[in-house]
Amino acid sequence: MTLRPTLTVTRRTRLSTAWLILLVPIMLLLIAAPWWAGRADLRLMGEIALYMSLAVLWNLLAGYAGLVSVGQQAYVGFGGYLFFALTMLAGLHPYTALPLVVLAGFVISAPVAVLIFRLRGAYFAIGTWVVAEVFRLSFAQVSSLGGGSGTSLSPDIVRSLADGRDAREAVAWWLALGAVVLVIGAVVWLLRSRQGVALTAIRDNELAARSLGIDIWRTKFTVYVLVSGLTALIGALIFLQKLRISPDAAFSANDWTAFVIFIVVIGGIGTLEGPILGTLVFFALRETLADLGTLYLIALGVVAIVIMLFAPRGLWGFLRDRWGLELFPLSRRVSGLAKKEA
Amino acid sequence: MDWLNAIIQGTLLGGLYALFAAGLSLIFGVMRLVNIAHGDLIVLSAYIALSFGVSLGLNPLVALLLVVPSMALIGYALQRLILNRTMGEDLLPPLLVTFGLSVILQNVLLMGYSADPQNLQAGAIETASVNLGPVAVGVMPVLVFVTAVVVIAALQWMFYRTALGRAFRATSDRQDVAQLMGLNRAHIFGLAMALSLAVTALAGVFLGIRTAFDPAAGGARLIFGFEAVIIGGLGNLWGTLAGGVILGVAQTLGAKIDPGYQILAGHIVFLIILALRPRGLFPRIDG
Repeated sequence: MTLRPTLTVTRRTRLSTAWLILLVPIMLLLIAAPWWAGRADLRLMGEIALYMSLAVLWNLLAGYAGLVSVGQQAYVGFGGYLFFALTMLAGLHPYTALPLVVLAGFVISAPVAVLIFRLRGAYFAIGTWVVAEVFRLSFAQVSSLGGGSGTSLSPDIVRSLADGRDAREAVAWWLALGAVVLVIGAVVWLLRSRQGVALTAIRDNELAARSLGIDIWRTKFTVYVLVSGLTALIGALIFLQKLRISPDAAFSANDWTAFVIFIVVIGGIGTLEGPILGTLVFFALRETLADLGTLYLIALGVVAIVIMLFAPRGLWGFLRDRWGLELFPLSRRVSGLAKKEA
Repeated sequence: MDWLNAIIQGTLLGGLYALFAAGLSLIFGVMRLVNIAHGDLIVLSAYIALSFGVSLGLNPLVALLLVVPSMALIGYALQRLILNRTMGEDLLPPLLVTFGLSVILQNVLLMGYSADPQNLQAGAIETASVNLGPVAVGVMPVLVFVTAVVVIAALQWMFYRTALGRAFRATSDRQDVAQLMGLNRAHIFGLAMALSLAVTALAGVFLGIRTAFDPAAGGARLIFGFEAVIIGGLGNLWGTLAGGVILGVAQTLGAKIDPGYQILAGHIVFLIILALRPRGLFPRIDG
């Protein structure tokens, strides 16, 4: 009986290997974008990259850790404001300011987590919203950053990034592309680690995960702090692109939470591919239907409700259930078992 | 004397917040549902009263006779047609569906009524006041506060003294056993939501008489109601009134120090209570 050696556990599939190979030319093409894309296209692609990052991060929080936050705009706005403060008030170079923003995001989100983790489930969601409101009202009191009406990034800081407008647009795009690669890379790394196995267990059944000895609180805390710090980085990059910040724009629940939630729900919550696919669908819809204005938002809300009621696993969930597709090598598969039966 | 005045005004404002919170507390108690669209439904009630006022020339306080049953009907239909499909172990679907509902409601109101702030005109009663010893208080805030006390007393009586209340408590304790005892869970949930939105209708009309409102005004109302529920302790209706009063007093005292601190002071008091007494001041049930 030498059944054992024939059993192998692997996370790669033929599709995931093909996808990772395909990623190389795609990345080269995207890095070269400033040479083949127009200025408007480059800006749109930058926006897509930043929204994709927000969606992947929110999905890690809600889809894996079960922390449904409707207040991540707290960290988008915090990152944006802190970036403006560090560059304009403290005189730091943008490249020095960006890592500091991430660190500050970690530092500020830890005590917030300790406080709001006392609220369960849906009350946790509204608690995160209260925190975002506290951040918004507090930053509106800071008069050196323009108070309630906000402020613009001074031209010197923009110029310190690169010479000439085209070069600056290119740098802004590379930063956005770098951010989305960093975010997806961090999530893949986390999900493949020991912590990731714990997270997936929590996603599937919190009670069972707890009985296996997983420290639920600490795992969720780690995810919350990691996601918040990276969300602050994305916030800094968003307002580096916009060049202007105000409390209402920085802490907008619609822009930084409602859209992100719709993206993840439509794409498929609880999978890494879902938010990526969702972002592409969201922007395709927006570019074709944006003229409809409020009607477009109503339609988005209706689509999200219909998906939640009838296909709660979203577009990618549907594809995965049907054909077992998985682009990133994340879940473990046992091979060698089925051969005998087949 | 100014400070005493601020405390009295804040207490009366707390009555309005208790009305925001009572509907939220009720559905959480019966079916563990948190309705993210609650604030937008409050604002919707104000707009329905506005429409009755424009089309039928009704004073908003009279229009309540129509707005309350309308909202109750909307609540029953909403629960039976949409929300009941999301009820289960997983709390993600109800949360995301009510979140979607919130965005839809805001934008439907935006299309129908534009973003211009509106106000409900209740006539002379809005500016009438009575002298209570050293301070003068408005008749309207007193009326709102008394209404809140009456609503909470009525809900309390309904919960512990009527057959419907027994059905609510039974479903809240064990849904499956209640079903076995011949209670129709879907119908009970529908009634709970109808009752919740009937209270919401009162809250919305009083809100519209007190201040200007616009389609985006719902989020803050949800947050105030939620803070009152958590401060008072989950599942305790009288605690919710106390929570509303604490929040109202914190806001008026904050505004007294600096107008920019009004809302912030309320949030900070909420966070302090969450840090010191995570289960609220008078908890009854676990979250």
